[in-house]
Amino acid sequence: MSAKAEIEIIEKYCKGCSICVEFCPTKVLEMGAFVVEVANADACIACNQCELRCPDFAIKVHKL
Amino acid sequence: MAYDYEKSIRPGKLPHIWCPGCGHGIVMKGLIRAMDTCELDRDNTAVVSGIGCASRLPGYLDTCTLHTAHGRAAAFATGIKMAKPDMNVIVVGGDGDGTAIGGNHFIHACRRNIDMTYVIMNNSIYGMTGGQFSPCTPTGAKASTTVYGNPDPTFDISKLAIGAGATFVARGTAYHAVQIDKLIAEGIRHKGLAVIEILDDCPTTYGRRNKFRSVIDMMKRLKETAVPVTAAAKMTEEQLEGKVLTGVLYNTEKPEYTEQYAKLIKRAQGA
Amino acid sequence: MAKKVALIQGNEACAQGALYAGCSFFAGYPITPSTEVAEVMSIELPKIGGKFIQMEDEIGAIAALIGAALTGAKALDSTSGPGMSLKQELLGYACIAEIPCVIVNVQRGGPSTGMPTGPSQSDMQQAMWGTHGDHAAIVLTPASCQEIYEETVRAFNLAEKYRMPVQIQLDEICAHMREKVEYAEPGELEVIDREAPSVPPEEYKPYDASKGLVPPLASFGSGYRYHVTGLNKAADGFPTTKAELVDAEERRQIDKIMLNQEDIQKNEEYLLDDAEVILFAYGSTSRSARYAVNELRKDGVKAGMFRPLTMWPFPEKRVAELADQAGAIVCPEMNLGQMVREVERVAKGNCTVAHIGRVDGEPINPGQIIDKVKEVL
Repeated sequence: MSAKAEIEIIEKYCKGCSICVEFCPTKVLEMGAFVVEVANADACIACNQCELRCPDFAIKVHKL
Repeated sequence: MAYDYEKSIRPGKLPHIWCPGCGHGIVMKGLIRAMDTCELDRDNTAVVSGIGCASRLPGYLDTCTLHTAHGRAAAFATGIKMAKPDMNVIVVGGDGDGTAIGGNHFIHACRRNIDMTYVIMNNSIYGMTGGQFSPCTPTGAKASTTVYGNPDPTFDISKLAIGAGATFVARGTAYHAVQIDKLIAEGIRHKGLAVIEILDDCPTTYGRRNKFRSVIDMMKRLKETAVPVTAAAKMTEEQLEGKVLTGVLYNTEKPEYTEQYAKLIKRAQGA
Repeated sequence: MAKKVALIQGNEACAQGALYAGCSFFAGYPITPSTEVAEVMSIELPKIGGKFIQMEDEIGAIAALIGAALTGAKALDSTSGPGMSLKQELLGYACIAEIPCVIVNVQRGGPSTGMPTGPSQSDMQQAMWGTHGDHAAIVLTPASCQEIYEETVRAFNLAEKYRMPVQIQLDEICAHMREKVEYAEPGELEVIDREAPSVPPEEYKPYDASKGLVPPLASFGSGYRYHVTGLNKAADGFPTTKAELVDAEERRQIDKIMLNQEDIQKNEEYLLDDAEVILFAYGSTSRSARYAVNELRKDGVKAGMFRPLTMWPFPEKRVAELADQAGAIVCPEMNLGQMVREVERVAKGNCTVAHIGRVDGEPINPGQIIDKVKEVL
């Protein structure tokens, strides 16, 4: 399976709330020590839910 | 490409002041998308707020922004709209700001049906002052001033708005992020006073006191309790127990205030 | 051509003065004894395409006033004591955000509901100190219908020039008495409009005082996008807690008034040249004081009157000079001692300062003043 989008994390904006991790339907994201990380890039289906729900303007989903 | 929020945000203002998991940022994104959808001219748009966490929103937006006093946003906004009816006027704020200290201005803005969009972020608490109960805190809930449980009944903001005369009333949640901009955009396009209540969460001052382990628990609650009005029509009263209706709750046409005043001017001028 | 004259109330004169000054917006809430200002504005403003709105309360009225003023409108609000008390928070907002607007307070008995139809001058210290936090104030005290008309024009001019709220303190007597008023021809009285920014929008800072103590104010909707807040802010309009920026802004907002006093001060000096006893009087009380001066002069008492038209900032310099000149300053006021506190402070013990106070809803009559002057002498 190949990624449908590239996920950009803007670390300086991320506050680590983990909303994006929890509600990602294909478990692309994981919490790092302080901020979110892309752990499973290939699984991204470009649904955009992480970007929409990120309260901190810290995620950008670039569709491929 | 990812959505371009930055073009609407004042340079250097992010990260915002809201706590991790606070829903206000989700609403702000929805508002930006809605303003884009409606192609609002940012030079001719005023975003007005009162005091509180949600009321910090205008400071981030690259438009004409007015951060007023606690509860008074709707009244300031009314002055702007009356004096300059061609201006797009959007009010943003929280539940305490809008329905407690600002309750009078809120209901009268609704009554006048003046053409403004009021986005009210209802997180059921006064967050900025550290979690005191608001008119929207559920009865029995814990707040810093209701450690024995909230004795107060609650306001249903949307019902309040409808009762007071608002002609477009919608409710969404921070969980249902994809819907937020659609509701707000419909409100902006509506001629008259539009109220868009967005249920969101304060994990810092409400969640912790009320046994939500994290913001995720709170978001899940929003997901589980929200029922679209269309679906609700097919549900029984028992099935709707404890649920919150979302979507466009009320939409009607009535004379808009500044248009009525324009007619009054013509009468006064003997036309 | 003969000038247009009318026999009108003080409140009506105030409304007419506002219209002359270019007022195009009124927001208010009904309250005795100020209501006629609102009534006249509700009739006259639509005729010129202006806007009148009766708000849900007095707080909403000043809020709408500030909102309208930000779009470039010259805006008026009228009220009385209880309403003025409610407005105090937003009066401070207009001070810190530097929004030009004019508020008329027709003083009635107080505190609280007090005596709604009784005259009073008991909101004089409130006008200066009613809103919390350090700030400057401009407060005008006209005493006749003609003067109310002209001073309302001046109130708008000062509001626009110094970018701040200006209060007109009437009392119920001045507000409700009827006198002949000569309306000014267009161009006859000076009308000042706020300075618009000369820099392009991308360079505009709403509190940039680099070119003067009063920064230009852009109107909402004119192409300038900026932020207005009631928080302490920096030159760019955004909140700050940086000590040096907060301090500089606070001081500038007071300096812009206190360093321009020569322009802002206005008063009448009546028979002061040789005066040994001076009546410090304002508003309707000054009318009794003038009569008293004339009577005292007939009795050989060298009396005179100092009548501030600008009460705040307090005319410290001139009152201090008068305290050096005279043996006594007598302050008749329809309160139990408000402006006399300022006179005492400024006189620094250089002359006797006496007060005549009345709070029973009746005016101070000349006989009372004459008796007091003779007692002091």
